[in-house]
Amino acid sequence: MSDAITAVMTGNEAAATAARLARVQVVAAYPITPQSPVVETLSRWVEEGELPAELVRVESEHSALTVCIAAASVGARVFTATSANGLAYMNEQIWWAAGARLPVVMGCANRAMAAPWNVLNDQQDSMSVRDAGWVQLYCRNNQEILDSTLQAYRIAETQHLPVLVCYDGFLLSHTVMPVEIPSQAAVDEFLPHRAPLPVLDPADPRNVGPVTLADPRPNAEGVLCHGYMELRALHHRALTGALSAIPDADQAFARTFGRSWGGLTFGHLLDDAEVALVAAGSLTQELGVAAETLRGEGIRAGVLGIRTYRPFPREAIRAALAGKRLALVFDKAVSYGHEGPICSDVRGATAGLAGAPPVYGAVAGLGGRDVTAAQLADAARRASADARAGLSERPEEWVNLRL
Amino acid sequence: MGTKDCGHQISMSTPSPGEAGETGDWRTERPVLSSVHCLAVKQDDLSCQLCWVYCPDVCLSQGVPPLVDLRYCKGCGICAEVCPVDAIRMVPEDEAGGAPAPEEARR
Repeated sequence: MSDAITAVMTGNEAAATAARLARVQVVAAYPITPQSPVVETLSRWVEEGELPAELVRVESEHSALTVCIAAASVGARVFTATSANGLAYMNEQIWWAAGARLPVVMGCANRAMAAPWNVLNDQQDSMSVRDAGWVQLYCRNNQEILDSTLQAYRIAETQHLPVLVCYDGFLLSHTVMPVEIPSQAAVDEFLPHRAPLPVLDPADPRNVGPVTLADPRPNAEGVLCHGYMELRALHHRALTGALSAIPDADQAFARTFGRSWGGLTFGHLLDDAEVALVAAGSLTQELGVAAETLRGEGIRAGVLGIRTYRPFPREAIRAALAGKRLALVFDKAVSYGHEGPICSDVRGATAGLAGAPPVYGAVAGLGGRDVTAAQLADAARRASADARAGLSERPEEWVNLRL
Repeated sequence: MGTKDCGHQISMSTPSPGEAGETGDWRTERPVLSSVHCLAVKQDDLSCQLCWVYCPDVCLSQGVPPLVDLRYCKGCGICAEVCPVDAIRMVPEDEAGGAPAPEEARR
């Protein structure tokens, strides 16, 4: 858009800017590193009159999300943001927001879970709530944080689902880069407000999410209502339906703003690659550098980026990986006692696929452990050699582990 | 989908007696105040009011005599305990007689 302006800003400022452009009406958040500047920025704008929203100060993350749930239930557009233990503290209400099908949008500046205490980046926090029924988007840079947060409202309000916009703590949250800020008029056109499913009215009270047992039962008026399992199936269908709604939102965004982020997945040097390096978030940028290095050595490597982690883009991943010689998945999280969560999901998605490559797992960057493009290229060289040697499976590698 | 639709995408219901905070139907005993004994009535001014002070659910309004809101009163009996002249008795609901509580009338 010609009337957009470009500013140099952090990822946290990009998230806050998107919330302002989305004309959020209620913001509630509790400070936690590295997310705090998001709500500090929004708080300043509310105080200065730049953002006509209600900023609710709360005593915990549990209450922050509860305020957003209540406000969304009466039809307000809401925003909150958190990290790590804050997200964990929200856990009960994370499930409530999803089950009540409320279009809450939350930023997650990804941070390692305690114990031991650590404020630096990995993705264990958001991965730990992957099954709660939220859409999860992972961003690779600050422009994508702004753009994905705007897209998140469109996805949330069309699918009646909450959306978690994840971006790597410090690596993006506190790193400045140029970000194009679209005009308010263009955002207003992209984001017409849609009412959430349950719009409560004090004059005509309703219970939301009352006790709903296993089987369908008539309500007080004699109308047969779904049982718990039917409602969960509808919720699941809404999430799988987001596999269309997310690319639709991305394409509509591209038509208005001229930028597309790939919808579900994205590739870098992927089409003719024989070795696919798979990850979510900012790690895909280092993998891009690693892939270019490897190509200089004769290993045709490319990157498959997971932008949408829930719903899981199974078909897009199958299409991208069919015929590859190897998929090496880098996770910044572990399902302790098993393996990296993205690795598990990629294995599951490619199971039974004709021409499926072996899927190797690698764990990297836990608790902010540095991950360089050179280390990633080394890991890919070892994996490539193992694949050439015919290993269909291999124990996962922990990159740059010093045990 | 409007708020009156039920059971399509989410679970919703119309509040029934005892829901939406109307806790009166939890009660097994109700406070019955004897105006003859109530200090405020005797002195014909806003004196005492200890039942109003102590009610944990704000179900008593100040007055001569204080009035109980039976839509919300859970029947805990604290008002009867703190009344210095035993003007409040806790009477089992099935013996209370008289007008039913509003939430009962709606059934």
